Formats: sequence, structure tokens, C-alpha cells
Amino acid sequence: MIGKYLPLLSASLRRKKLRTFFTIASIVIAFLLFGLAESMRHALEAGVNIAGADRLLTMHKVSFTQLLPASYENRIRGIAGVVDVTPQTWFGAWFKDERNQIPAFPVVPEPFLRMYPEYSMPEDQKQAWLSDRSGILVGRALADAYGWKVGDVVPLHSAIWRKQDGTFVWDVTVRAIYDAPQGGDTRNLALHQDYFEEAKAFGKGLVGWYLVKVRDPNLARSVSRQIDQVFANSPAETKTSSERAMAQSFVNQVGNVGKILRAIVTAVFFTMLLVTANTMAQSVRERTSEIGVLKTLGFTNTGVLGMVLVESVLVTVIGGVLGLAAAWWLGVQFEPVFRQYLPGFHLPWEAILAGSIYMTALGLAAGAVPAAQAMRLRIVEALRRD
Amino acid sequence: MSVGRPIVRIRDLVKEYRRGAEVVRVLDGLSLDIEAGDFVALMGPSGSGKSTLLNLIGGIDRPNAGELEVEGLRVDRLGDAALAHWRADHVGFVFQMYNLLPVLSAERNVELPLLLKDLSREQRARRVAAALRLVGLSDRAKHRPRELSGGQEQRVGIARAIVTDPTLLLCDEPTGDLDRRSGDEILNLLQALNREYGKTVIMVTHDPHAAERAHRIVHLDKGLLREDTA
Repeated sequence: MIGKYLPLLSASLRRKKLRTFFTIASIVIAFLLFGLAESMRHALEAGVNIAGADRLLTMHKVSFTQLLPASYENRIRGIAGVVDVTPQTWFGAWFKDERNQIPAFPVVPEPFLRMYPEYSMPEDQKQAWLSDRSGILVGRALADAYGWKVGDVVPLHSAIWRKQDGTFVWDVTVRAIYDAPQGGDTRNLALHQDYFEEAKAFGKGLVGWYLVKVRDPNLARSVSRQIDQVFANSPAETKTSSERAMAQSFVNQVGNVGKILRAIVTAVFFTMLLVTANTMAQSVRERTSEIGVLKTLGFTNTGVLGMVLVESVLVTVIGGVLGLAAAWWLGVQFEPVFRQYLPGFHLPWEAILAGSIYMTALGLAAGAVPAAQAMRLRIVEALRRD
Repeated sequence: MSVGRPIVRIRDLVKEYRRGAEVVRVLDGLSLDIEAGDFVALMGPSGSGKSTLLNLIGGIDRPNAGELEVEGLRVDRLGDAALAHWRADHVGFVFQMYNLLPVLSAERNVELPLLLKDLSREQRARRVAAALRLVGLSDRAKHRPRELSGGQEQRVGIARAIVTDPTLLLCDEPTGDLDRRSGDEILNLLQALNREYGKTVIMVTHDPHAAERAHRIVHLDKGLLREDTA
């Protein structure tokens, strides 16, 4: 139906090519910014979305840098609703250069893998890691970043943990490389807790925190409370919360960046509304007599209103689609670069859908006033302005 | 020269405009009948109300009082949308300044009124080609208005006016912007449309030479009918 009006609409856009180009170009940039901001937000929130609702973190009440006794494990295991417990410790690792920080944790392999069933790796690699006390499990993004392959011996430095031989270098062998579902974090590294416990020069019998798996996510709150009650008034009191809550709290700290980006995009969209509305108003003003002619030929007032609105929406949709396409393309191009720092950096479908709604709404809002003016225009007055 | 039943029936038509605080009465109770198939020239000094009368007959303006009937329909009583549809079906306009859309080719300009009809692209193309052939501009179909002479532009304007096969052809100074030769070509065309295709032509003109082509000349002055000669 609208197809037969396309030559008329396209001719209107081509009337002032340079003005149309600049208007569309600014809309492209606005939606490119929107797309990149949404990609960033998606990357930041990906960790929260895949964090297990049935996994809890029990750490020292003061800070996660304070250690907890290894003896807590069995006491936590005894609490009703707990199905698994495993300790982890912040290793403070770096590779070759102190700037190459690596999130590394000594873990007990079997319960760790039970705790994270979403991590996948070839069975032979898994067995190799389980059976080698100095073996490490590394995420795909981390392995790609440093070019590590299975079998590589890696001199891992710890900024915290000195070995009994007085050095801070821990020679470990890459035994397995894991993948995670879309958006999952594969920048981590896991060492054997046994090896770590034996070799470290201090902090014997202490761990960083505990990962606790509960039978039912609905029990998370009550189990957290029970755990903290068990260790209340002890030298090492605990604070327990869900892994998702921890991830969310981390995102909230970083999230200010997302809020700032969103505020900028909102301001840009508002500016674009004014720019496009101005373009449409000028375009309608220049065509006053032509609109009069169209009405003389039998175009109704509502038909003219619709035509101006469609023209306005066409401008914003062309710009919006190009902008989102550019954001998507940049996401694909830079995904390998961002993988280590921002896994999941890409334009999500929800953002494309939201962008489509925004570009249509922007077009309608920008065209509303000029379209209403065109609709109200009296033919005789319009023709007189020729 | 009366050649059939009245197609336009006007009784006591009044049209006023407001100019600041002043109310100007352009038509002052004018009555007039125009027969189907007639060729009428409306003449008179500037401000006599001839263009206003043409606009009212064509339904692009509304009277303040009186009756205006076209083909038995009280046009003055139609709502905006109904009036627009009526114009699309029954009236073809030819303007002094042609009023073609400069960004569209001749054939796209002629096609405009057909966009409002339920026609396929092929049907529209056939009608456009026929209209352009009738005005002798088949070879200029792809040209933009700025690539045409004034006479050719006016012929495109006439093709646009007749492409929907309207009963009434309303022309406001159709030769006013043309030289004598091009003006004659346009008048020949209007005469042919009147004689051979039975179109009722109402033409506003200042030019007695153009008015001679009409069957009937109606003189207006100060919003009233002064002289009506066949």
C-alpha cells in the first residue's frame, strides 16, 4: 500500500540531498553510540545473568582479603540445605609483567567442577587436570590472550603468596582449557588447593572464602543467615551472600559508567529529536505550495499527515538501522580484543529491538508538529504562497 | 451556448475573507448555472472574485453562504475528507504556474492523482502514458519540470488534470505565464478536450484572446455577475 508512495517520499528526501545526508549521518552516530553503550551494558551484566542463583559466597565479614579457617568447610557442610562446599583463595597472579594481572584461584578440583557444571572441557583434559597437582585449568579467553596451549608450562607469579623456597614463582602446567556459555567469564585460572597448601610459606590452614551450593535457590537467604549465625562472635565472622548478588554488587560499582553512557545517549537522542524536527519543519515549509497541490488533487488532510510522518520515520529508520548495523559490526570486529576484559561485548537482540522502537518513536515525535502543520494547511493559502 | 443539463448550479453564493479587522466580501450572493460539456471563460478585473469562484466550484475553498451543487451534489455541505475524495474523482485543476512537483519526472507528476485510486502499477502506467500521449508529450515522460519549456510544463499539468478522467476541468489563467504561441497550443488542447472528450471546462482568464475560445464568457465584478455572453 505504502509502496506506491515511495517515489514521492524518496523524491522528498532527495530534494535537499546535503541536508538529508547530514541529518541521517547524525542519527547514525546517535544510534551507533546507543548500540555501543548497550553492548557495554550487556557485557557488564552478562556475569550477573549467568551467576548461579543456587551458589553462595561465604567470606570474612571484614573483607575478602581476610582469610577464613579451613575448618569452616565441614561446619558449613553440616548446615541444612547445603549440598556442597569448596574453598577458594585469591592468588594475586600475574604473568611475565605485573600489568598482566590474572584472576587465579586455588580450588579443590572435584567439588569446584561440581559447583560450575556450566564449564565445559574435553574429558581427557579434565582427567589430566584432576590427576596433576601442579596442573591448572584456564578459561578460553585467558588461554587465547597469552597463546597458552594444553601442556605448556607457565611460570605464574603471585603478588601475595611466597613459596617455601622463598620465591614467588609457581611453575604450573596447562592441563585443561574450559569454555563457558554465551557471556560466561573465561578469563579465570584454577590451581590445585593441595599443591597451593603444601607449597605456600604462610597462611597454612587458611582459605580465602567458601563457595556453597544450596539445594534450592529459594533457600539461599535462610542458609546464608544460618552460616553467618554459626560463626557469629568468632574471631573470623562471616558474611554470606549469593554469587549473583556479589556479581550485581560488582556491576553496580562499575555500572556508573553504564549510567553515564546512558545519560549521554539520552542527551544525544534528545538533540537528534530537535535536529530531525527542524529538518522536517524546514522541509514542510519549503513544500507548502506542493502540499497545497497534493490536497487539490484529492490527498486528504490525514493522508498528508501520514505522508509527512512516514517521511520523518523513514529518515530516522534509515539512520537508526545504519547506526545499529555499525554498532553490531564493531562488536563483531572488536570482540576478540575485548574478550579478555569484557566478555560478552556485542549488541544483544533486546537492544536491537529497543533501538527499532526508539528510531520509530523518534521519527514520529520529530515529524509530529510539521505533520500537524501540513495537515491543517488550507489549500487556498498554500497555493497563494507559491 | 447551452449544450446539456446544468452540471454546476450556484445560488446566492457568498464568500468573505478576513483581512485583519476588515471583512472583505469577494462573492456577494452570486448565482450561476453551467451546463455539462460547456466551455466557460470567467473574466473580470483583479479582485472581482473569479478565482475565488473557481476555487469554490472545485471544492478547495468553502463558501460562507449560498448553495453550490455539482452534478446534483451539494459540494458546500461535504466534510473535508469527503470533499477531498470528491475532488479526486470529479475535478481536474490546471494552474497558471503549472504547480508541478520539481523533484518528480513528468510521468511521476501525472501519476500523482492515480496514487489515490485502487489501481495496479501497470494500470497507472497505462493511464499516465495515455494522458501524456494526448497532450503530445510521450517523449518527455522521464524529464523533470526544469528540463521542459513553459508550454510543455503546462501540458504536463493538463495531463495530470485529465488522467483520472474528471468531469470538470478547472483552469486558473492557464495561459497567463506563456507566450502567445504556447498559449494557443494550450487553448487548442483545452478546446479539444472539451469538444472531443466532452469535458466541461471553466477557465479564469484576463486575456480576451483566450476567452474567445470559450462558448460562453461570464464577466464578474465586485463579486457579482455583470455580463453573461454566449
